[in-house]
Amino acid sequence: MSAKTSQHPAAAATAGEPATTTYREAMRAAIREAMRRDDRVFLMGEDVGSYGGCFAVSLGLLAEFGPERIRDTPLSESAFVGAGIGAAMGGMRPIVEIMTVNFSLLALDQILNNAATLLHMSGGQVNVPLVIRMTTGAGRQVAAQHSHSLEGWYAHIPGLRLVAPATLADARGMLWTALEDPDPVLIFEHGSLYNLRGTLDEDAGAVDIDSAAVRRTGGDVTVISYGGTLGKAMTAAGELAADGIDAEVIDLRTLRPLDDATIMASVGKTHRVVIVDEGWRSGSLSAEISARIMEQAFFELDAPVRRVCSAEVPIPYPRHLEEAALPQVDGIVAAVRAVVR
Amino acid sequence: MTRKTAPSTTAGGARIPQARPPGEAGPAHRFDLLRQMMFIRQFEDKCVELYSGGEIHGFLHVYIGEEAVAVGVNSALTPEDSIVSTYREHGHALVRGVPLDCVMAEMFGKTTGCSYGRGGSMHLFDVSRRFYGGNAIVAGGLPLAVGLALADKMRGDARVTACFFGDGAVAEGEFHECMNLAALWDLPVLFCCENNRYAMGTAIERAQAQTDLALRAESYGMPAWPVDGMDVLAVAKAARLAAESVRSGGGPHFLELKTYRFRAHSMYDPDLYRDKAEIEQWKQRDPITALAGQMRAAGELTDTDIESARDEIAAEIDASVDSARAAPAEPVDDLTRFVYSRRSS
Repeated sequence: MSAKTSQHPAAAATAGEPATTTYREAMRAAIREAMRRDDRVFLMGEDVGSYGGCFAVSLGLLAEFGPERIRDTPLSESAFVGAGIGAAMGGMRPIVEIMTVNFSLLALDQILNNAATLLHMSGGQVNVPLVIRMTTGAGRQVAAQHSHSLEGWYAHIPGLRLVAPATLADARGMLWTALEDPDPVLIFEHGSLYNLRGTLDEDAGAVDIDSAAVRRTGGDVTVISYGGTLGKAMTAAGELAADGIDAEVIDLRTLRPLDDATIMASVGKTHRVVIVDEGWRSGSLSAEISARIMEQAFFELDAPVRRVCSAEVPIPYPRHLEEAALPQVDGIVAAVRAVVR
Repeated sequence: MTRKTAPSTTAGGARIPQARPPGEAGPAHRFDLLRQMMFIRQFEDKCVELYSGGEIHGFLHVYIGEEAVAVGVNSALTPEDSIVSTYREHGHALVRGVPLDCVMAEMFGKTTGCSYGRGGSMHLFDVSRRFYGGNAIVAGGLPLAVGLALADKMRGDARVTACFFGDGAVAEGEFHECMNLAALWDLPVLFCCENNRYAMGTAIERAQAQTDLALRAESYGMPAWPVDGMDVLAVAKAARLAAESVRSGGGPHFLELKTYRFRAHSMYDPDLYRDKAEIEQWKQRDPITALAGQMRAAGELTDTDIESARDEIAAEIDASVDSARAAPAEPVDDLTRFVYSRRSS
């Protein structure tokens, strides 16, 4: 594939017009654009080159950019994530891909003790402009070591910025902004989203990575979600609308730092909140958001905050049990009914 | 990829470089090395005193006995090269040229410190001198060195990244991942293993199935050899040979610098796990005394030279203590600085 004849399905469309694409292709287009715009950008990770990426995100990029910039690594998460940190310190703009958030634990030392910490312990001297992309979440029957949603753990760590693109526009636009950030940014891509199909303007570009987005406006209840559960929250809102319950759906987009202002503005309008989080309930991102609502908007609430989270069990293999373990549309609908009754 | 073997592996197993490095050091160079070692020693003696007096806190890991390693390796580097070090890094920072006042102020946690006081003894940084810390996770600095070298290689910069770590790091998974990655990608890293025989309180024989650490590095296909880490001239020579090879595209090299710390692991350590006789035996090989003795015997050094160097260094260190004591502490209002580059809520 040459640099000028992209096989991106949207490439045939007239600039500025909506074209059909997928989340996977939008992510690939974002990587391609970043590689073309900035020589310092390179992609590194397990099977990103010859294989085309475990989730086929980087398919075709090796042919376009070569093995120096589409860099296959050995199965050494700690070394290649740490090498990404070192290369970022040395002036490059690496994109490191980790296959799943479960595997990222093998690099947790580097992410926490170095990427998140170097700026501080060097008294502001050492920037780590690194982007780490990883797949998160369940729903594909890949059992208990490939399915967890551990972004809430990362959200605990000062020094990191976390984003979770849930739409095509965010899949297309968050990467460039993340690469421009002087600090480490972790991008969590829910595994169920790669085949998400929709339309995207051909000239869609960078988007902010600071704020939450209201994906559906409503006055009766605020449903807060992100990543892989946004679609479920939107479906639930549709069902509730048929029953006359008007839900506002917030897509957090950025998991750290949280956009408190958007959340509290919505709580001030609806006075009722349901948080949907594919992480386990205990010590989760949903727990943090709930606590912040208590701290900042307690007197706005007409009902206790409710949460729809994953069951506190390692994700099981059988489909019916996996489905039962995860937040589902019915559970979201039931939680909303419970707070608006 | 072509695999390289150590340049001078012999049948007898002595893996000492045979080639004579260019520009063999003269008396002035030897005196410079001696003075640098004395400088580190006197700095750390002062730190121990200040720690005991309650003026500096936290962990303090002194390098006393190991000075020949930092001084010898640094003598082979240029200001363009990079250094990644450990939590026992006062010596590396000082020989790198991080100003004494800044290092001392860092020990005091003051804003004039080389890490603005935020790091302390274990986290000395000076990016302007390409000194990338002060890493207190054993083997945690190795991936950073690999990455710095990767950036240099991708840009075509002929730099060496010298990465210091101890024998304890060789037991970590990160060590092996990094040996493999550096060799696989032919990266310009000079791995400097400071083998002081103890991972905190655990003797190397009790922690490593194969105690020939150079041999283990060699298994990754990089030139590796042991060096007498108590002999600064031997270290300098080996480091020069290795650094020049790394710089000229020879890929990563590994030096196993056999050394010994004369004091405990940290100020908290009662040092119950070593024989006093063993410590005394190694002290007979004190790198400062050894070089001074050699130079005296060769007529290159007098007692007066030593005394005046010692007095000059002491005066500099005393001044740095005064300056650190007088330096401002950071206001508590600034607590959350340096977490993000652009401040966020």
